[in-house]
Amino acid sequence: MENIFRIIVCIKQVPGTTEIKINPETNTLVREGIETVINPFDTYAIEEGVRIKERMQQSGSEAEVTAITMGPAQSESILREAISLGADKAILLSDRAFAGADTWATALTLKNAVKKLEGWRLIILGKQTLDGDTGQVGPELAHMLNIPFIGYASSIEHISGQKITVKRLAEDRYETFEVRLPAAISVGKDINVPRVPSLRGKLKAKNETIPVLNIADLSMDEKDAGLSGSYTQVIKIFTPKHVYEVKMIEGSPDEQAEELFTKLKQLNIV
Amino acid sequence: MEIKVDKTTCTGCSLCKNFCMYDAIEITGGKAIINDNCIFCGACIDACKFKSIEITGIHEKNFDFSAYSGVMIFIEQHEGTVAEVSYELLSEGRKLADALGSKLYGIMPGYELKEKISGIFNYGIDRLYIADNEIFKHNIDDIYSKILVQAINKYRPDIFLGGATSFGRTLLPKVAAIIKTGLTADCTALSIDPEKKILLQTRPTFGGNVLATIITRNARPQMATVRPHVMAKEPVQNAENRQTDNYLKYSDRIEFLEFDPLNFKTKYKLLSREKELGQSINLSDYDVIVSGGRGIGGPDNFSLIKELADSLGGVVGASRAAVDSNWISYPHQVGQTGKTVNPKVYIACGISGAIQHLAGMQTSDIIIAINRDPDAPIFKIANYGIVGDLFEIIPRLIKKIKNGKGIT
Repeated sequence: MENIFRIIVCIKQVPGTTEIKINPETNTLVREGIETVINPFDTYAIEEGVRIKERMQQSGSEAEVTAITMGPAQSESILREAISLGADKAILLSDRAFAGADTWATALTLKNAVKKLEGWRLIILGKQTLDGDTGQVGPELAHMLNIPFIGYASSIEHISGQKITVKRLAEDRYETFEVRLPAAISVGKDINVPRVPSLRGKLKAKNETIPVLNIADLSMDEKDAGLSGSYTQVIKIFTPKHVYEVKMIEGSPDEQAEELFTKLKQLNIV
Repeated sequence: MEIKVDKTTCTGCSLCKNFCMYDAIEITGGKAIINDNCIFCGACIDACKFKSIEITGIHEKNFDFSAYSGVMIFIEQHEGTVAEVSYELLSEGRKLADALGSKLYGIMPGYELKEKISGIFNYGIDRLYIADNEIFKHNIDDIYSKILVQAINKYRPDIFLGGATSFGRTLLPKVAAIIKTGLTADCTALSIDPEKKILLQTRPTFGGNVLATIITRNARPQMATVRPHVMAKEPVQNAENRQTDNYLKYSDRIEFLEFDPLNFKTKYKLLSREKELGQSINLSDYDVIVSGGRGIGGPDNFSLIKELADSLGGVVGASRAAVDSNWISYPHQVGQTGKTVNPKVYIACGISGAIQHLAGMQTSDIIIAINRDPDAPIFKIANYGIVGDLFEIIPRLIKKIKNGKGIT
């Protein structure tokens, strides 16, 4: 069998939140224009995948990065972005039946896609998405593939064809784990500084053919995918009620400081 | 599965279109049309005032969940120190169990736990399941998930909760994947639907701009991780206080799980575990956070922010703008791509309040904002606002605090 160290990076397209504002009168969301972006944490996952590929290549091994996403047809754009950032290949999982998936159904769909690929040694994900914020797909996917998962990685201390050593920051402590490959990790902002797309990468991104796999390609049953295959369901979405009634502290800087000091005393902070 | 708009009642008012985060709704010919970008999140259904939108054709399975009862809390400890969130969960779990007329259970794997457990009984727990063995000395996902799965399969709780800590957020997804049930991440409110007797799990999404209420269907237990510092820690009244280092004192309420340690194999080799020192800090450990943003003008001025934080026994936070400008290191960043915090007092200095920053701190008990711009969005969510020059106000405030300390 060919001996290529294959890395899979799972990414997601999310709504860009910079465009979202809350209308203070109606307390509803106002969006100015629509913008979808690659989930910010996933850019660190792509970069780390590319860095590991380069590390493997320097030590004389062949390596390759494949970016995968599940989403509507328009998600193809973030796969092209991933290629421009150094991914070699990309796969889009797209089917109406995938819509409405919770973390379980998402992980199951990704698992079926990963199973179709061969020779993969490492899966990298962003630690969570900007829209869902759950961080659950990684550990669920890893369990379904029966491989270890290390979340919130802040550095890859060592990697060989067989093992990976990962350091992560968990609350107030650093933990360093070694696991055998294949394995899955999730990364945050502290792991690297993503590069900007290269000209070569942009050109490749433009010309690359991205295969699209649907539910039949993954040999999945409709009842196991999307909202139907989900164990959790959103029953209500609402905007938080801001009950705060802001009290403005007026006067000269000295008067303002004095009143603030009094407030802090009342709050038992000083 | 299909999402449909009732053309007879739809007025084409665009409420749903404005609410949709995925650009999945167009208004064509005075009616809402839902396109293939839709992810079935249901936001438009809630937004529609005319009840015109409906999701149909979800495959429902009918299960009998009558064998499941009670609320079980994963009591997380690290080398014998119980995580604060575990007490918060016990307090919340007691309320949920009361609402269901059922029992509150705890499951606590660990090593040499004896004297560590006495505090737990102040929270109205009916039964504590303990797994005390050297294999649980370190918190390792696959070792812990195995014992939790064993307890869930044996005692069949209706609800299972854990803290949304770094450990909980990787451990519980693994447990849920093994059990094959749903898991809702990072909840900030839990309640029981009085009619259906099911758990309503509410969590912030889209960076806290929106709250979603989620239910677990087709499977049990209903599992959730819960954000630390959100639920109140409330010991029950008249709790028996049996301070002890002896399990026997609580033998009526403790049960030891039976297991063979040799069956617990792990894929993880823990090479080191060290307390984080120096440069990096855990913002969530502090009751007071004083944060600086672009308005403080440069890296050197963070010394002023630090002086104020120090005088209040607090810690320095920062906006993304300040971190991206390399004025201060990433562990200080509050917001959607930084830390989510909820201290007692959050003082925002020179932070305009971009939505990604608000997402990380809007659940703070008291928010104080100091900013030059009276229209800064931060004032929309602040309890106290000061429009002014922070370089004039903060030094005066520090002086008063220092003097005040001298007097009292």
